[in-house]
Formats: sequence, structure tokens, C-alpha cells
Amino acid sequence: MNPVHLDVTMASISLIFIYAAMAVYTVSFLMFVFHMARATSESKKVRSTSGKLQTAGFWVLGFAAALHGLGVFLRGASQARVPWANMYEFSISGSFLIVLIFLTALAVKEIRVIALFVNAFVLLVLGVATTTFYVQIKTLMPALQSYWLVIHVTVAVLATAFFNIAATLAVAYLLREWAWVQKSANPLAKLIRRVLKMFPSSEQLERLSYRFNVVGFILWSFTLIAGAIWAERAWHRYWGWDTKEVWTFIIWTIYAGYLHANATRGWTGKRSAWLALVGFAAILFNFTIVNLFFKGLHVYSGLK
Amino acid sequence: MAGFRSRQPSDHVDSDEVNSPDIGFVGWLRWFWRQLTSMRTALFLLLLLAAAAVPGSIYPQRSADPNGVTNFFNTQPELAKTLDKFQFFDVYTSSWFSAIYILLFISLIGCVIPRTIAHTRNLLAQPPAAPRSFARLNAKAKFEGGVGTLQEAEQELRKRGYRVARSANEVAAERGYLRETGNLVFHVSLIGVLIAVGLGGAYSYSGQRVLIEGETFVNNLASYDSFSPGAFFNTNSLPPYALKLDKFQAIFDLQPINAGTPTDFRATVSYRLKPGDEPRQALIRVNEPLALPGSNVYLTGNGYAPVLTFRDKDGKVSFSGPVIYMAQDANYTSLGVIKVPDAKPQQFGVLSFYYPTAAKLKSGALASAFPGNVNPVITMSVYVGNLGLDNGIPSNVFALSVHGLKQVAGGKEHPKVELTKEGQTVQLPAGLGSVTWEGTKRYASLDFDYNPGQLWILLSALLALAGLIVSLLVPRRRIWVRKVAGGYELGALAKGDDARLDQTVTELKNKLATKVAKKAKK
Repeated sequence: MNPVHLDVTMASISLIFIYAAMAVYTVSFLMFVFHMARATSESKKVRSTSGKLQTAGFWVLGFAAALHGLGVFLRGASQARVPWANMYEFSISGSFLIVLIFLTALAVKEIRVIALFVNAFVLLVLGVATTTFYVQIKTLMPALQSYWLVIHVTVAVLATAFFNIAATLAVAYLLREWAWVQKSANPLAKLIRRVLKMFPSSEQLERLSYRFNVVGFILWSFTLIAGAIWAERAWHRYWGWDTKEVWTFIIWTIYAGYLHANATRGWTGKRSAWLALVGFAAILFNFTIVNLFFKGLHVYSGLK
Repeated sequence: MAGFRSRQPSDHVDSDEVNSPDIGFVGWLRWFWRQLTSMRTALFLLLLLAAAAVPGSIYPQRSADPNGVTNFFNTQPELAKTLDKFQFFDVYTSSWFSAIYILLFISLIGCVIPRTIAHTRNLLAQPPAAPRSFARLNAKAKFEGGVGTLQEAEQELRKRGYRVARSANEVAAERGYLRETGNLVFHVSLIGVLIAVGLGGAYSYSGQRVLIEGETFVNNLASYDSFSPGAFFNTNSLPPYALKLDKFQAIFDLQPINAGTPTDFRATVSYRLKPGDEPRQALIRVNEPLALPGSNVYLTGNGYAPVLTFRDKDGKVSFSGPVIYMAQDANYTSLGVIKVPDAKPQQFGVLSFYYPTAAKLKSGALASAFPGNVNPVITMSVYVGNLGLDNGIPSNVFALSVHGLKQVAGGKEHPKVELTKEGQTVQLPAGLGSVTWEGTKRYASLDFDYNPGQLWILLSALLALAGLIVSLLVPRRRIWVRKVAGGYELGALAKGDDARLDQTVTELKNKLATKVAKKAKK
């Protein structure tokens, strides 16, 4: 492949869109915060008017997502390839997909209330991406020039997004089940209690979290298989216990444990929710610490 | 919970077996087996396996990074010795890691066999009769109904893909047998993956060879630079093909923001499957190996091989040929080692650098500023003395041990030998004669890999994935409709997560109620 033309101007415009998206995400974030504050108010009158604010928040979130999507698209177009070949690109594309899945999942009413947390997470990811992970546009090195880059990485990002939503639901579930939150007279406990009132029941949270994890696990299994097929092409072996392969395996095994826990007497509920969080912690660890500090073949952060 | 007795482990959420204490040795064995095949043990072993895999990502592994292990031994010899004793540099073949996954698979087999038998029985049997009370079912409903309700229920449930059994007073239906089938297929396929990995590894081999442009590789054991066969691989079975590297091209980006990034590596080769065949041309790239009978050929590395000729002071050639220089950084600052045991008046060795695009650093030292050949320069440090090649001990051709040798060029005391143009001849110090830079070739590192297990691993893995999807997404449920005093009663029992259970029961109730109502009107 001859070097493709790198369009620096377009890359700058892409970055401007990402910054603009961050600004609008901040607005929607604040709207969700105010909505939460109003919805948990002592006064019934204030509570009853909070719904409109939330709906408006979704429209602003949607607008931010559109800017975000344009930024992602231009980043890819400036290099004539998919925009997920280093940590910066993986972050902006992955967080965009999280918002997209969340906006689609709004059809499930119970999930609306986690908008605040999803919004905060995406804002955080974009913040770290633009300040810490940012790298100039680059042509793809030969090992990455494969259609598996599209398949393997897309599915990995999708799996991560599903695990992320499941983990958020698991946190809400654990807070609900926490005796201190349930009973304490501490003002913070009281506040959490009021916020949790807006969430679906414990049973629903547990089930929703399980379903998102199930889809995440299927996608993760596919990621692992697709990765092995690509590794055979690019690195002459399907599996070599490279650090990233090791962590993909560890994550798969933890979530396999989670699924077993959900079918084991005495392990459903809180214990399996904790396992889901351990699994998601492993995913975050895999993406940050392993990418930046561990030696291996998947050294694609592009950071020096 | 009632029903779904499918020989599951006693601690499965859907199981209603009770662990009763057994007595005696056989009883103890049975107890042990039951523990090993319990859900809790499987869960524990899975988490243990995840934890046991972690050290392999922290410490360098002999299989993936042998140089890292050597470095670790050099920098922290004491810690390295202790870690090595516990196999921390071979985590994935260590006895403790193996013990965990073998136990896990025994537990898996012990769980799958009785469940397969029970599932087969289930598949052949009719749906079981309704429980006496519907109180403990996941979803239930009551409706008035009338004459023919049970018949309608039977028809409706059959239409929806249930297996149905009807008796005088009730209809029993079950669906989603595929869920358990998928579950069993998934677990059995994992055993398939394990067997294919094991056997594939035993019959596999992996060989490496560096080929310089113009060189030909003939597939036999002696031609490989390194070769690692599996336990059962027959080295006599290597097919007698030959492969020549005609040309190697590396394309590097020239755009300022991206200068020096490789965008393509292309090895043009010609090969013959048997001696006497017409040679065929092929292109090997990263991600595009060449499939030859018995192995795939992968491009895994490349570099420069300057052609050098050394002559003694009488003009007699003591060394001539291309020398493989190994790239030390992204700009291909490359290190080459030349040993000239036949030199007169004495043996000497050379540590040499090749800079494809030489640039002077502020310190005055040379460095390469671009990986392509723009302004190539070769520098040499020369050492005289006994090279130790005559005592029969094999030595690394890519390393020169300067211990006991005397440096005559390079270092602090002597100027380096420097060649700045192809075709140039430079005199060596200490009456060693001269060196001529004849030209520059490129080389490609090729990997020859054969693993007959790969296809089976892939098939097993895909089968496992299919089983997994079915076992997680197909709902399994039982539905009963029965006549009770004052109408009909509908009850449903789900096994595992079932998102649509309530909806199904409501739909069914409405449908049956309206159908019977319509009939009554007629």
C-alpha cells in the first residue's frame, strides 16, 4: 500500500468538533444534575416539573452525540481509514458508541435514569483522550492494515460498551442493597436513598445488568476468536500469550465466572454484581495500564 | 423451585437436590466427586484461572519474550532464580496453571456427562404434569374460559413451538430445549478446543530463516536458523520446496507529520514445490502469508544487508558477502557483526553500524534520521585477537564477545572506520588491509509455521460461540393450563433468565379468553 494522503486540516476540524461535543456534553451533564436535584427534592411540586428538564437533557445529549460523531468521522476521513488505531481514536470512537447504544436503549424506560452517569463517563473519557492520549494522525503500520481491524476492534468496543452499562447498573444495584444506604440517618445516605428512588427495583436492576453482561460476553467471545484469527495472519500464530491476549483471556474468564455465579445458589445477587464490577475493572485496567505500561505486541497507543 | 430436574450440580439455582451425607469410602469418593462437579467449584476454578494468568503479563515469558527473561536474570538474578523455581517465566505451561485448567476440565466433563444423559431423556419425554400448586411459579394468571379451552390452549401452544401433552384436565407444554442443547454444545466444544490445541501443538512446527535478496531457502532442517517442532512432528516429513527472495521493498511515509512510518513491506519471492518444477512468483506481506504445502510463510522482519569485502594488505580476500545488520530503532540504525577468522596477520572482529539516513547529533555522534536509504553511512569498530571460533564451541553469529580482544578502531582512543559511499574502499588500521563497500541488499525474516490443529480449534471455537449464543438467548420455559373450580388457571416456570415470560403469560391468557368468548357468541 502506498502512503495515503494525511489531511492535517481535516484532523484539526475533527478535534474542534470533539471539543465542541465536550462543551455540549457538559451542558447536558449539568441538565441531568439539575434534573436529579429537582427529582429528588422534598417538595412534590418541584419533583413533578423535573421530567421536562430530563427530556430537554436528552435532546442536548443527542446534539452533543451528533457533534461527537462528526468528530469521529472526520478523524477517520483525514487518514482514509477507520478511526480506532490508537488510544485516542479508540477512546473517541468507543465513547461515541457508548452514547449511541445508550440513546438507542432509551426505549427501555428503566434505563433513562443512568443518563447522568453515562454522560459523566463519556465526558471523562473525552477529557482524558484529548489531554493525555492525543496523537497526530498517522498512516497505518503494515500489521494493522487488515479488515480484521474493522471487525475485531468494532466488536471489542461494542462489548466494552455493553459491559460498561451493565457495570453502571450493578453499582446502582449494590447501592440499593447496601444496608448503610437503606437505614442510616446520615445525610449522604439519605440523599443516595432519594436518588435511588428514581431507579428501577433491585430485581429489575439485577436482571438488566445480567442481560447487558450476557450480550457483552457473547461479543467478547467473538472478539477473542476474531483476534486469534487475525493474530494467525499477522503474527504467524493464533495465540501466543501476549499481554493483551492474556488480559482478554482473564476478562473472558471473569465474566464466565459471573455467568456461573448467576446459576449458583448463594452467589446470585450481590456477589455476582461484585464479580461484574471486577470484570469491568479488568477491562479498564486492560485499556489503560496494560496499553501504557506493559510490554507486548499490541503497542498501539502511539504514545512515547 | 419445582421441576427442571436435569442432573444439574446440587448447588445450581434451578436444582432441588439435597446433599445427603454418605458413609464409608465410596460415600466419601462420591462426596468428593460431587464437590468437584459443583457449580461453586467451577466458579472458584474459573476465578482462580483468571488470577493465575496475571503473573504471565507482569513477568516476561520464555515463549513470548525470551530476551526479556534473559534481561531479568541479568538485572535481578536473585529474584529471577526464585521466580524461575516457581515457573513464573513459563506461567502457561507451569504445573500450577495446568493443574487449575485440568481440574476445571474434569469438573466440566463430570458436569456435562450426566446432564447430556438427562437432557437426552428429557428430549424423548413428554412435558411433565403441572405442580400441585401454582404458588411458586414465576408467572400465573386466571381466566374464565369455557368448553374447548384446553383444546385451544393446546393448538395455540403448538403453534408457538411448544411441545404439548394434554390430559383430561390440563395441558402441559415446554419449549426451549435448545437452551440446554446450546449449553452442552458450548461446554463440549471447549473440550474440543483443548484437544485441538494439544494435538495441534504436538504435530506443529515453527521455523525461522533470514533470507537476503537473491538467496534461496530449501525446505530441510539444516536450512533453518532456528526450528522448534512439537513432540510428535516428524522432521523427515518436510516437503522439499525451495523459495528464493527476489526482492524486498519497504515503503516509508515521507509526509512531514508522519515521516518514517512504514506503510508497506513487500517480499517478492519465487518458489518451486519440487526440484525441477517451473518457479512461481508470489508476494508476501504482513497480514498476507504465502500458503505452501505443509506450512505458511510469514513476513516477520526485515533490514539492511550491506555487501562488504575485506582484503589483507596483499590484496587477498579474507571475507566477502552480504552482512545482516539488525535494526536497533524505528529509523533502522542497525548493528552488524563481522568475524574474519581467516585474516592475516591475525584474526579480527568488527562491530559495525549502518545508518540508512545518517545525521549528526549535537554530541557529534551519528544517528539515523529516516528508515529509508537516503544518505547511508557505515561505521566500524575493529577488534583484533583470538575470536574463539577454532575451539569447536558454537558461538552466536550476531554477537561479538570483545573480552580479551584489542580494539584498534573506534572507541575513545582510535577513530572509527567510516564508509560514506557505495563502492568506496577504506584502509583498516594496524596493517589489517582494507574494506570495500560493494553495495547494499535487503533481507527479510521469514517464519515457517505449520499447525494442523488450527482449523479444528477455529471450528470448535465457532461451535462453542454458537452454543453460547443459543444457551444464553433462547428462553426455556414450561407452561401449564388446567381446569380449576370457577375457570382456568395458567402457570409458567422459567429456567434461567427469561425476559418475556410475563408478557407471554398475559398474551396467552388474553388470546384464550377472547377465543373462547368468540366461540360462545357463535
